[in-house]
Amino acid sequence: MIMKQFFSTRNLLTRKNLVLFLLALTLLSLPLIASINDDSYLLIMVSRMLIFALAALSLDLVIGYGGMVSFGHAAYLGVGAYTVGILSAHVMEGSSIGFLPGNLPGTESGLISLPLAMLLAGLVALVFGALSLRTRGIHFIMITLAFAQMLYYLFISLYRYGGEDGLSMNGRNLLPGLDLYNDTHFYWLCLGCLTGYGLLVYKFLGARFGQVIRGCKQNPEKMQALGFATYRYQLVAFVISGMGAGLAGALLANHSEFVSPDLMSWHLSGELMVMVILGGLGTLIGPILGAISYLLMEEVLAGYTEHWQIILGPLLILVVLFSRKGILGALVGKAADDG
Amino acid sequence: MVDFTPPPLLHIRYLNKQFGALKVTRDVEIRVEQGEIHAIIGPNGAGKTTLINQISGELAADSGSILFDNRELCGLRVHQRARLGVGRTYQTSSLFDQMTTQQNVMLALQNQQGHSFRFWRKAATDPSLIHPALGILERVGLLDQQNDYAANLAHGQRRQLEIAMSLATKPKLLLLDEPMAGMGQEESWKMVAALRKLGSEVSILFVEHDMETVFSLADRISVLVYGRVIASGDADTIRNDPNVRDAYLGGIEDA
Amino acid sequence: MLLFLEQLLNGLQLGFMLFLMAAGLTLVFGIMGLINLAHGSLYMIGAYGAAAVTQATGSFTLGIIGALISAAVAGVLLELIVLRRLYNRDHLDQVLATFGLILFFNELTKILFGPQPLYLNVPDLLNGSVEIIPGAPYPSYRLAVIGVGMLVAVSLFLLISRSRIGMLIRAGASNREMVGALGVNIALLYTLVFGLGAMLAGLSGALVGPLLSVEVGMGENVLIITFVVIVIGGIGSIKGALVGALLVGLVDTMGRAFLPGTLALILGPEAASSVGASLASIAIYLLMALILIWRPAGLFPAQ
Repeated sequence: MIMKQFFSTRNLLTRKNLVLFLLALTLLSLPLIASINDDSYLLIMVSRMLIFALAALSLDLVIGYGGMVSFGHAAYLGVGAYTVGILSAHVMEGSSIGFLPGNLPGTESGLISLPLAMLLAGLVALVFGALSLRTRGIHFIMITLAFAQMLYYLFISLYRYGGEDGLSMNGRNLLPGLDLYNDTHFYWLCLGCLTGYGLLVYKFLGARFGQVIRGCKQNPEKMQALGFATYRYQLVAFVISGMGAGLAGALLANHSEFVSPDLMSWHLSGELMVMVILGGLGTLIGPILGAISYLLMEEVLAGYTEHWQIILGPLLILVVLFSRKGILGALVGKAADDG
Repeated sequence: MVDFTPPPLLHIRYLNKQFGALKVTRDVEIRVEQGEIHAIIGPNGAGKTTLINQISGELAADSGSILFDNRELCGLRVHQRARLGVGRTYQTSSLFDQMTTQQNVMLALQNQQGHSFRFWRKAATDPSLIHPALGILERVGLLDQQNDYAANLAHGQRRQLEIAMSLATKPKLLLLDEPMAGMGQEESWKMVAALRKLGSEVSILFVEHDMETVFSLADRISVLVYGRVIASGDADTIRNDPNVRDAYLGGIEDA
Repeated sequence: MLLFLEQLLNGLQLGFMLFLMAAGLTLVFGIMGLINLAHGSLYMIGAYGAAAVTQATGSFTLGIIGALISAAVAGVLLELIVLRRLYNRDHLDQVLATFGLILFFNELTKILFGPQPLYLNVPDLLNGSVEIIPGAPYPSYRLAVIGVGMLVAVSLFLLISRSRIGMLIRAGASNREMVGALGVNIALLYTLVFGLGAMLAGLSGALVGPLLSVEVGMGENVLIITFVVIVIGGIGSIKGALVGALLVGLVDTMGRAFLPGTLALILGPEAASSVGASLASIAIYLLMALILIWRPAGLFPAQ
């Protein structure tokens, strides 16, 4: 009884906030747990989860809130990753960036390469988005997919930067005050980026811009009849989302010190979508939970059988058919709905 | 020698639209004066909704001109026309079902206050949206429902909310597609009263089946049959027009 | 000039293979409103079916029959068990569930046949070349593939424009409710259409088997190009699928064959070899982007 009252209290003590609190508590205390157990793999693994959580969150902004089913989000992740990778590779070679004028050298400074990764991913999202948003529904899905695929093949044929084999980096980026080779530092960077981007998106969604984006998902015709230039708002949301994915890509490149066209593959785009749906579409915590559980599931299932995808596939179908609200929906019920 | 009549608010001329072999709008000419309540009547399939859609921009006309407030609307997008002051409602109310009544109106108001590329200040607690929204809800009598989700409103309330949202965009002309559709007798008369009140503030062009409401509400009426305007004028003119009697009213009165 | 004609034929061959894929995909979307990512899996099943039966019996003809049967059976089962539950869902659900199917089929194939690619030999009868253009011998197998593609295209058009089931398919593509009102068993019609599409995809996979390696994941590459085809052609339109497929087949083949050389004249050989290769590999996507700027609903939008 007491529990029920506790949960039904309509104030800060909502089940949603409880989930958020527990999630934050776990993530914040993880470095401590890792150092007590002397388990550095734990931090490396969870860092990767946080990076994918960032990518999934950015994707949810367009799918869950904006109603734009982008099936090519790996492209922006890949652009972010290659930005970091190419800049670093030039440092390794001691060469200048050949395709740009002015003999610009490469760099390993995170202060340059991370923002640049976001900027370039945003630019690519601007171009692809501007073309894709001329269409709707199934066309939009297929066109975003095809554009991502175009970039994928472009990088496969880009022999200068490793082609199909990918590109090894000189090392991780340098940031003042942080040592990215230190697993704990790297973990904090990932958690910081995820939190920062998450808070920004949260603010945006609560502001007038967010109301328009939600309106565009629920009833785009009505939005236009009310005088909103929906195209522009959706495009801006698409770019913001692409920048988030670009940042995730930049972190992922640092994580593995290697980039390859696989980062842009449609398979990864699909996986990002799976994470969003698994965790809870149209919520901010959902994609984070989704990314963590998807990668955890991969980790656990892969421990039993190398053919773990034969279990994952049908599982995915069951989730789609029988549980629309994802993990967050199962945890907090109707309160999960925010899109 | 000087023409003192003010230009009409809406002047449609030689408007044509064809779907395949079917001509749904043929050389339509309609004038809506400033402050007028103008009705479009006609049998089913006369092309009334198609005409409304061409004015609002959801359908592109094949040829002709739609002059609104001295601006040519043809070639403009839906949102551009809305910004010039063309508001509309749909046959089945088109709302944001997952938002509350108040949020629906607040969203409509946003566009009245410049662009919405505002990323920081919380919209839900913004007094410059809340106050006018409550004012509009009071005007249409939906104040008690301000926190209800649009999806849970009754049919008549949905229609009122849709009109409230149109009003929030401060239109010069309201296009109403069968505002009384699906309403009971009592609800209809309430709506008629509300529209009459509204008519003193904004020009209205509406499509309606029910003759009673049309004759009691409209200043002028245009009769559309098979995409063509066969008569236009005040209620008496329309009642006594032989063409209209033949094509349309006759059938009803005989029944 | 001879090279050009040869590449033209290669382009046609690719185009007809894409058409076999696109026809099923576009029909399924037009009639059932379903985005089926697993269509590529049916192509893969066809290829593996052909490879397995050919290896067991030594007959490529039996292999083709095996491919048709295995793809059709897989397609019908798929429709009955999973896909029909998705017809009324939104596109996002369809994408995710059929993505799950791809993972399943890929892994299952890996378990059954191992991760190494299989190779199918060109049947002896067609293992030569024909000089249809004097001085330019062209592999007879590829020529046969073009022939089969044309044959299927013609029969499909006849089926759809002349037969009763074709009439229902056309009616279904433009107005789903109406077909139900005619008292037709919709569920059966859907299963049949799906089975037909699956069979065509399987045929395509089997025919391509001797030209490419038969491997896990082969379906996805062709699936995405097929999407490009039907987006260009206009989703739901068979005519659009044919035009789109030939266009994509020709542009892709010609681009790869001639773009690097042409660019070398302009940019110089070194720059051209990398730019040309890149440009050739994305030519079809650029084509799609251009067509969509011009006509957002594709060349032949279905109503």
